[in-house]
Amino acid sequence: MARKTHVQTQINGDSVEFLCEARQSLLEVLRDELQLTGAKEGCNNGNCGACSVILDGRLVNSCLVLGVETGGKVVETVEGLAAPDRLHPIQDAFLENAALQCGICTPGFLMSAKALLDNNPNPTEPEVRYWLAGNLCRCTGYDKIVRAVLDAAAAM
Amino acid sequence: MQAFEYVAAQTVPEAVAVLKEKGQQARVLAGGTDLIVQVREAKRDVDWMVDIKAIPEVNVLTHDSQNGLRLGAAVPCYQIYGTESICESFPALVDATKIIGGTAIQGRACVGGNLCNASPAADCIPPLIVLNAICVIAGPGGEKELPVGAFCTGPGQTALERGEMLVALKIPQPSSHSSSYYLRFIPRNEMDIAVVGAGAAVTLDAAQETIVSARIALAAVAPTPLFAEEASALLAGREISDAAIDEAAAAAQAIARPISDMRGTAEQRTHLVGVLTRRALKGAIQRVLDA
Repeated sequence: MARKTHVQTQINGDSVEFLCEARQSLLEVLRDELQLTGAKEGCNNGNCGACSVILDGRLVNSCLVLGVETGGKVVETVEGLAAPDRLHPIQDAFLENAALQCGICTPGFLMSAKALLDNNPNPTEPEVRYWLAGNLCRCTGYDKIVRAVLDAAAAM
Repeated sequence: MQAFEYVAAQTVPEAVAVLKEKGQQARVLAGGTDLIVQVREAKRDVDWMVDIKAIPEVNVLTHDSQNGLRLGAAVPCYQIYGTESICESFPALVDATKIIGGTAIQGRACVGGNLCNASPAADCIPPLIVLNAICVIAGPGGEKELPVGAFCTGPGQTALERGEMLVALKIPQPSSHSSSYYLRFIPRNEMDIAVVGAGAAVTLDAAQETIVSARIALAAVAPTPLFAEEASALLAGREISDAAIDEAAAAAQAIARPISDMRGTAEQRTHLVGVLTRRALKGAIQRVLDA
């Protein structure tokens, strides 16, 4: 049994402690140890963006971060996006624009869009498209997603 | 992923001690965007990951016109293109850091890691070569410096010896009337690996009619990124003209020794060296004229 490391971090505003092996990615820790299954495993090599989360204010692929690296850091996942009584404006805009079909890529797109709007509240369409280039969707053809993000920016 | 030990080194000597003791079994972890994938896909056998991101020296990002740029080995891409003075003085490096992966990769990946991964197609390396970057390397015997052109020795291979690590890159401040440019050919707009990459840096005279000096470097056309020495030298003292740029492009093509693989044929790559060298030179010259 490989040695486990005790890690203390903050996830969606809560102080969280967990034990993990060095080889476990942040994605594996979120899904398998903490039951936060919003972030999805797609390619597991940094191409698809389904596992996107925000780490210390920067968008990252959680499959390319080790769980042990997150000690003392602040993690935001899709589970923390909505308020207790209402969806986040980005989530509303995704529903209004039908910006999802199968939904596997959606948590990654939502977190990527949140990181964009945190960083640039009024992006142009090309800025949205380039920012989201690391998130793959095989259903929508992207246009509805781009429109949803632009609508969310206008609404926020 | 295989099991390994993780060490978050707090100082350079601490990291060097582990790297020296464990040798080939240890690997430096910075952004992890190459290393974690390589270990997960069993392309690299690592028993010790030495995380260097807590070490102050590898996070340094300072720039002034006297001392130039000092770029810590673990500074992520977004910090480079997010720093206005770097965009002004070292635009080729900015071009490269903006096109490595997507947003999430740029939040973690670093220029130092791109260099140490030593891919022939690494986007940051031609800019570092044309900008005359110097590698600051720490090891068991202390600190040493190495020009970036001598750092990569083969695909995935570097001049780093047992116990050594890249601490920072030093890039001198370009003289006035200078600029630089990097571009690559990929079959789509983003999120891809260079079929060919070309970087150029130029210094013009005060009248901005003559090229005082130029440096050209290429990626993905040899086992390591290449400095196109002859192509660079023949531009010195030449008036800006399509003829001079075409000659340099032909000289750059002459040193390319590409392979054919799934990204492109050797013939296509050689053709692209000409096209991209011309565009890189014209891009760098235009930036001087626009400044």
